[in-house]
Amino acid sequence: MNLWNRLMCICRRRSPWLFHMNTGSCNGCDIELIASLTPRYDAEQLGVRLQGSPRHADVLCITGPVTHTAVQAIHTVYGQVCGPKAVVAIGSCPATTNVFIDSRVVVGPLNRHIPVDVFVPGCPPRPDAIVQGIAKAAEILAMRGDTETAVEASIAPDFKLETTEVRR
Amino acid sequence: MSYKMPMGPYHPALEEPYKLDMICEGETVQDAKLHIGFNFRGIEHLAETRNYIQVVALMERVCGICSNIHTLTLCQAMEQLTGLTPPPRALYIRVVMAELERLHSHVLWAGIAAKLMGFKTMFMECFAIREKVMDVLQAISGNRVNYSMNRIGGVNRDIADPLAVLGMVEQLEREMVSTIIPIFTTSTTARSRCAGIGVLTHEKAVSCGVVGPTARASGVPQDLRRAAPYAAYSELEFKTPVEEAGDVRARLLVRALEIMETCGILRQALAKMPSGPIDTGEAKVVFSAGTAVSRVEAPRGEVMYSVSWKENSRNPARVHVRTPTFANMPAIRYMVMGARLADTPLIQASIDPCYSCTDR
Repeated sequence: MNLWNRLMCICRRRSPWLFHMNTGSCNGCDIELIASLTPRYDAEQLGVRLQGSPRHADVLCITGPVTHTAVQAIHTVYGQVCGPKAVVAIGSCPATTNVFIDSRVVVGPLNRHIPVDVFVPGCPPRPDAIVQGIAKAAEILAMRGDTETAVEASIAPDFKLETTEVRR
Repeated sequence: MSYKMPMGPYHPALEEPYKLDMICEGETVQDAKLHIGFNFRGIEHLAETRNYIQVVALMERVCGICSNIHTLTLCQAMEQLTGLTPPPRALYIRVVMAELERLHSHVLWAGIAAKLMGFKTMFMECFAIREKVMDVLQAISGNRVNYSMNRIGGVNRDIADPLAVLGMVEQLEREMVSTIIPIFTTSTTARSRCAGIGVLTHEKAVSCGVVGPTARASGVPQDLRRAAPYAAYSELEFKTPVEEAGDVRARLLVRALEIMETCGILRQALAKMPSGPIDTGEAKVVFSAGTAVSRVEAPRGEVMYSVSWKENSRNPARVHVRTPTFANMPAIRYMVMGARLADTPLIQASIDPCYSCTDR
């Protein structure tokens, strides 16, 4: 790792920008994610910001049990986030599909579709837990090194990526 | 020449996935089509595979904002089928939970509306105050979102010291009166952004069959808490705020006035709370075959549950949900017709849509 990459890694630990995606969530986790950015928990003063475009984001925050209609969008959005990237699954739904298990339209859990770095458990998790999860994702982001290795490192060995194209 | 402007379903401005196709002529919206169903989790089908205890936990996750209302309505319907009557204290606790939920939902809506107006300071202010409502909810139930307070024949947790909660509610009311209400009722920024846009006339409101604050802002004085009292609402005094204008500002005013009424209901309910048990204490409940219907005034309007049961069954045969957003959605089309494109996010947010309830 050269000096420039090391500097970039230090920078990435600070101010992770988020893109939030709802894949059939009940709004509980979404509201708690917003609450973690607002004055009481105030992650925004540490530079954590919600971004409008996945191309501006470092961390992809996914809520919900992954419904059938959302799968293609997850792949598209995951491909659009520039590397190195980290994925935070907020709530019990993306981790285990929660109470919606056995539903015919729910195709979760999330790690069947994209690699997940941090799971924040809870239904819904408290805002401080979400902030902790994002902080952990920022650490992972900093360790991911440069763009080339980031995409390979983020994919588990036994993982088959279903999209044809991963844009970096 | 008109052009089509698609928005969504996964759009940064939207909390939930839904798709709005707008047909525009220049900057003016001619027509709009709303596509929903991106949040469909098949909950109604799942409910048929769950027993009468599991179904309450499942229905709580229909919506994360009005979770208590869904279990309340379901439990009321199931109580009709089992013939259980909750004790008076349980009914008062249900009122307190429902009103606290209305409070946090309206403040949340105020925050989202302020954000869509471009009034970011107000957005942060609303969320700061909302955290104090969440503190009260957490003090009572131990959780911030899914309270799991309702059960068949009563509630799960008691309010040990209603007077302590009363103190918190009074402080909350003072903060609402000093910040949120004046800004939304007198601020020129808020007024210039929402007066006269998204008008839903009284006739259209009646013909679309809108419910809740959307109906009350168009001069339809309907409120289930008064028309068909459930829980302990028949013993409490409150007004139903009604505005005639039918624009976004009227909806804002109705919700602001409702926040004040809700604080009044909370004060009465906490002061009058009778002593006694909080549930019927039945170890085993037996359902009679048939269908029961229960209606409740949620923060967004009327929620209806229709619950069917077969003989000697542990699982419901059918749970049907009709949510307020489902009734209010068709009205969006008439609100955005002729509006400016930049106003459409605020107009569609003014009905306080909840698509995760509607899609289930």
